[in-house]
Amino acid sequence: MPMAPPNPDTWMRVTPQGLYCEPGDFFVDPLRPVPRAVITHGHSDHARPDHDAVLATPETLAIMRARLGEGRAGRAQQALRPGETLTRDGVTIRLVPAGHVLGSAQVVIEWRGSRIVVSGDYKRRRDPTCAAFEPVPCDVFVTEATFALPVFRHPPAEAEAARLLESVRLFPDRAHLVGVYALGKCQRLIRLLREAGWDRPIFLHGGLQALCTLYQELGVGLGELRPVPTPAKRGGGGLLAGEIVLAPSGAEATPWVRRLAEPVVCAASGWMRVRQRAKAKGVELPLIVSDHADWDELLLTAEQVQAPEVWVTHGREDALIHALAQRGVRGRALHLVGRGEEDEEASPETSVAEAAQP
Amino acid sequence: MSVPAFASLLERLVFTPGRNAKLALLRRWFAEQPDPDRGVGLAALTGELSLRAAKPALVRDLVAARTDATLLALSHDYVGDFAETVALIWPVREGVNAPPPGLAEVVEAMEVTPKGELPAMIAGWLDTLDANGRFALIKLVTGGLRVGVSARLAKTALAEWAAPRVVVQVDAIEEVWHGLEVPYRPLFAWLEGHGPRPDPRDAPVFRPLMLAHPLEEPDLVGLDPATHRAEWKWDGIRVQLAATAGGRRVWSRGAEDISAAFPEIVEAMDFRAVVDGELLVVRDGPEGKQVAPFADLQQRLNRKLVTPRMMAQHPVAVRLYDMLFEGEEDLRALPFDARRARLEAWYARTRPARMDLSDLVPFDSLDHLAAVRAGAREAAIEGLMVKRADSPYVAGRVKGLWWKWKRAPLSVDAVLMYAQRGHGKRSSYYSDYTFGLWRPDGNGGEELVPIGKAYSGYTDAELLWLDRWIRNNTTARFGPVREVEKALVLEVEFDAAQRSGRHKSGVALRFPRIARIRRDKPAEEADRLATVERMIVGGGPG
Repeated sequence: MPMAPPNPDTWMRVTPQGLYCEPGDFFVDPLRPVPRAVITHGHSDHARPDHDAVLATPETLAIMRARLGEGRAGRAQQALRPGETLTRDGVTIRLVPAGHVLGSAQVVIEWRGSRIVVSGDYKRRRDPTCAAFEPVPCDVFVTEATFALPVFRHPPAEAEAARLLESVRLFPDRAHLVGVYALGKCQRLIRLLREAGWDRPIFLHGGLQALCTLYQELGVGLGELRPVPTPAKRGGGGLLAGEIVLAPSGAEATPWVRRLAEPVVCAASGWMRVRQRAKAKGVELPLIVSDHADWDELLLTAEQVQAPEVWVTHGREDALIHALAQRGVRGRALHLVGRGEEDEEASPETSVAEAAQP
Repeated sequence: MSVPAFASLLERLVFTPGRNAKLALLRRWFAEQPDPDRGVGLAALTGELSLRAAKPALVRDLVAARTDATLLALSHDYVGDFAETVALIWPVREGVNAPPPGLAEVVEAMEVTPKGELPAMIAGWLDTLDANGRFALIKLVTGGLRVGVSARLAKTALAEWAAPRVVVQVDAIEEVWHGLEVPYRPLFAWLEGHGPRPDPRDAPVFRPLMLAHPLEEPDLVGLDPATHRAEWKWDGIRVQLAATAGGRRVWSRGAEDISAAFPEIVEAMDFRAVVDGELLVVRDGPEGKQVAPFADLQQRLNRKLVTPRMMAQHPVAVRLYDMLFEGEEDLRALPFDARRARLEAWYARTRPARMDLSDLVPFDSLDHLAAVRAGAREAAIEGLMVKRADSPYVAGRVKGLWWKWKRAPLSVDAVLMYAQRGHGKRSSYYSDYTFGLWRPDGNGGEELVPIGKAYSGYTDAELLWLDRWIRNNTTARFGPVREVEKALVLEVEFDAAQRSGRHKSGVALRFPRIARIRRDKPAEEADRLATVERMIVGGGPG
């Protein structure tokens, strides 16, 4: 006779390092080096260096190697493709696309008939650079809450790309400089621009080059990309009028920017929805393009996975837990430390320093 | 599609720091939008749209009925601005397929709709709009639109847009502007080349001002005492008083109607004329009428309404120096001397309250004039105006007719304390500098106290040098501001020092700018606060 499935609390715990699966003896996206880690995606607040064994999608492993260096992306790496299953000590693991960035995956973990899905970061919008999110019914759904307020309803990203192109037409004598995250946002925006018919070369700050090359190697076509040229003489400017330039967010405040022709400073981020945020950053053209679920998508996803219980890792958990309670779902804030640091606005100087200068 | 189109324009204007970019956005608006919406939009941007405003409580009630109270409170807390919160949180109603309202439609409906029907009407509009459109609509109907587009900038964009179809100077638009009504159809018809120049008739319109050039040493050579007149340059604000059959207006230098802030002046304009002068705070002193420092006048500026107490504590008057119209007669083509004679005769007959004439300062040689300038002690005197006796009254800054000869600036050697990144073209440069002077710290030592902020005066090369120095000598960061080593001395020039209760140092500088970087001078040898305190002349209340 089958036993009742165990309570999820009894086999998945929050520890200072992050979520820990006790019967499987592994962590998901741990904050500090651990013997065994399952990594949802390559952003630095999820993929930390120096674990012993790392399990992730092949794309995430490649991204980790590119960002952390061969020696620090896990002493032993094991790739698990979507659709494959791994069983260890009675615990089965599957990776299911999360739609966040290339390689991003939800971790579906089952033990004795109880199923927990750790979704990592995710979105539900179409993204031509990665596989779409698939809802998996479960007993506990572990979710982010980056944009968990009803004021966050992202407009269609295609319309935002069109606004950028419209601005390029309106100001042909100026360069358009778009601040983006190096992993994911950069490549998605490039694809959106290509789909909108922009077939001129797109110019990249040195800090974005490596991951774009990697995306292309992994089969994501990005069209012609060129490095931002160095001015002929030191301190020279006026370059790339009429062109689109992508750079890590924060580059607009560094001397590097002076080479560009009167740049229109743009930023592509879900935070651009809030005027004060855009104003404070000195952004002239805010583009609301997000790789996270918005409010409606968070609630839709919670409904589709049919979980009686939702654990919230980071973000605006109060609002989400309140709204879930109204729908009869028990919400719980995990208060994981160290999350949201790459996607939230890291201090501008830091994010540029991280990205190698050309 | 006009509220959404207006919302996109608004969105871009709000975030765009550059003047040229704003002009480009406005030109496109005029080119693409149909009447009457383009005119209504123009009025909304320049603050000339009068509209029966809805109370913010109306919007509050509408959103409260449609959202969860906890989520609304959390959202408001996060976003900050309530109108923006409402615009973002407003739930989309499925199945709404009514088109969004036109701008003119909104304005008209606000005027004629009975109060009880306003909530349903506004809610209906909000249902048809996206988040940006809702934001623009809420700001519009609650009267809270702040865009940062001056009327002058909008008129410049109009003139640029009209060319080369119709070649028209901004000042020509200025002259007809205040005789027009929203949505400005005759103006657009004129600028599109299929209508006559609108005639303001007897409206008290603004007439573009004649401006002065700064007088530099080489210019002195051409100044013949026989053909030039001198007056004191008072440190107030330039005003044009226009009183016609159509009404009375106090215009600022930038063609803003500031009548409401100075009702006592409007009351005194019991005449038919257009006169030019300086608005000052003037009090009775031991030696007769005494002009107060600019800081006193500041208490009266930028106010929509004025209390009797303000009017009593900061009484204003206008010192007149030119006359553009007497009755219907345009005097602007007359030479200065003839206009001055008309002004004096008119003043003697009319004797308007709260107004006097700016005295001519006699001089028989340039040395004499220079001595007069150097001898000026009053804080409210900025220097001298020198005007050619035969100059007509022409719009703008025509070289060689009117000169301003400011007093030699004051200066101190101050220590750079903080630097902030600029905006627009300067956003990658630390270009705004806060500097301080030494004072006793109460423990036998010395401390620096900030006395002002400057963001001009330096050359491009100096800006580059300062930017690099600041990046290399940062001790702390607060957002866009850096605190630096207290090691760099800047020579700061300013026009006057005034007492101030708002500054920690108790001193405020007028027009401070960076004159020189004193790399040769150690910070300890910079000036002390007492030095600048001794430069304060007269002084009103703090």
